[in-house]
Amino acid sequence: MGLGIGLGHYLTVGAILFTLGVFGIFLNRKNIIVILMSVELILLAVNLNFVAFSAQLNDLQGQVFALLILTVAAAEAAIGLAILVIFYRNRGSIAVEDVNMMKG
Amino acid sequence: MNSDVTDFASLAPAYPEMLLAVGAVVLLLVGVFINKERSLLVSYSAVVLLVIVAALVVLQPVDGVLFNGVFIADGFARYMKVLVLGGSAFALMLALPHAVENGTHKFEYSILVLLATLGMMMMVSANDLMSLYIGLELQSLALYVLAAIKRDDSRATEAGLKYFVLGALSSGMLLYGASLIYGFTGHTNLQQIVLAIATEGRSIGLIFGVVFLLAGIAFKISAVPFHMWTPDVYEGAPTPVTAFFATAPKVAAMSLMVRLVIDTFQPIAHDWQQIVIFLSIASMVLAAFAAIGQKSIKRLIAYSSIGHVGFALVGLSSGSQGGVEGVAVYMAIYIAMTVGLFACILSLRTDKGYVENIDELAGAAQTRPFVAAVMAILMFSLIGMPPLAGFFAKWQVFLAAIDAQLYVLSVIGMLASAISAFYYLRVVKVMYFDEPVHEFEAVPAELNIIMAVSTFLIVTYFFTVGSPLSSLARSAAGSLF
Repeated sequence: MGLGIGLGHYLTVGAILFTLGVFGIFLNRKNIIVILMSVELILLAVNLNFVAFSAQLNDLQGQVFALLILTVAAAEAAIGLAILVIFYRNRGSIAVEDVNMMKG
Repeated sequence: MNSDVTDFASLAPAYPEMLLAVGAVVLLLVGVFINKERSLLVSYSAVVLLVIVAALVVLQPVDGVLFNGVFIADGFARYMKVLVLGGSAFALMLALPHAVENGTHKFEYSILVLLATLGMMMMVSANDLMSLYIGLELQSLALYVLAAIKRDDSRATEAGLKYFVLGALSSGMLLYGASLIYGFTGHTNLQQIVLAIATEGRSIGLIFGVVFLLAGIAFKISAVPFHMWTPDVYEGAPTPVTAFFATAPKVAAMSLMVRLVIDTFQPIAHDWQQIVIFLSIASMVLAAFAAIGQKSIKRLIAYSSIGHVGFALVGLSSGSQGGVEGVAVYMAIYIAMTVGLFACILSLRTDKGYVENIDELAGAAQTRPFVAAVMAILMFSLIGMPPLAGFFAKWQVFLAAIDAQLYVLSVIGMLASAISAFYYLRVVKVMYFDEPVHEFEAVPAELNIIMAVSTFLIVTYFFTVGSPLSSLARSAAGSLF
């Protein structure tokens, strides 16, 4: 990895992306779409980690894992959006503050 | 190269999974082409398929590691697979009466249950971080859809949405942990990870990875502090779907946890023990107190299941063979009790639909004496009253914890168990001593059978299934050590 960019840098970016994703889920008070984007951010952080480790270890398994995650993430996004659509049909809103029928 | 026939024969350890996968796809095709009014036929076939797969698991026990080491079949996996398959089959049967009202009359329901079960079997047999993740996602993606299967019900869709968001977050945490474990050991195969940890020792990156991985699984077994989705999802989802959520997926995630900590992280036992003890104490104590104020019966069951996960983790924290045996027995008894409990709830219907609040159970002892008696027995068993099965489940896990000198954990667990008696007994009190307010509808025959079987097993546990179950659990636990 040239230009002095090493494993540590990749892991730091991965950790920052992961933290942003987690905070995006918990601190977001507006829109459920933003939550779905945060989930994607988390998965991308993980992929970055895997690919960086894979390059560092000179081992292909990490990249295979990253491809698997990409595939599953697509399926997951499809299901998430489908659930979001039926939620919108029932409630006419996708604001986070409207997800409040059950509390306790 | 071997001939095709011998190649296929070498896949024998994975036959049950292959049969289930093919069966699910065939039933999907049948469901697409069949008349809509007869779609319950698919449900019945799905139950039969699950029974056949379970029979295959029991009658064709083949140990082995397959597919470049990502899949393992051993005694522990087989034991847990039978529990998973049994839980799924009973959950499908619970969904048969009043299917239209629950939204479970669609043939997709049983297909999704079958696919989720396939995912759980892969989780139980996972021997690599990749197959672990794929199995977990196959299960989770099916469960998200199941929670929202009643598309026109706003509470069910909200439950589905919450489950999806928090489930995706937990998968993300699990994966982040997996990436760190891969990076710091250089392997994704669980057996190679053990070797790497044993030779290279522990590093801070590895410990971070283990924490994230266990946090992701703690979400799936709904251990405190990762339990917040459980009451909402249990309350919002249709009751038969809740019954499914409360049984098979918990067993699968618990067996995944057991395999990981006992087998893979065995060289760093001291580190994971602290995590598991924390999860266990937090689950038992929070569930005992949080359930007291609940009005909805399904939320009460949600907290009860959180508590029971805590008790099962008591056995796991000992890290001993006896502890794993205790977890195995606990999960079997937990499934029997939960299935019976949901059969009771599904059989108490008023003209306005299913009973939602505990108050609505008032006087059930006079109008539906059999259901009330079954429910009371189940409540006493959930408390852990001897000689019912629930007592022996708790006895075994606490015995293992005391053997491992975890005295504080055991004392806290027993106190939490005593506190939880309050909310279980409140249900019994409402049924037996309050005046009836509702007329209940007639009980469907399927539910009567399930209640009778569950009660029989729980009451006569010590004399009938008790010792064979213990010896099966012992040999299952033995295969991990």
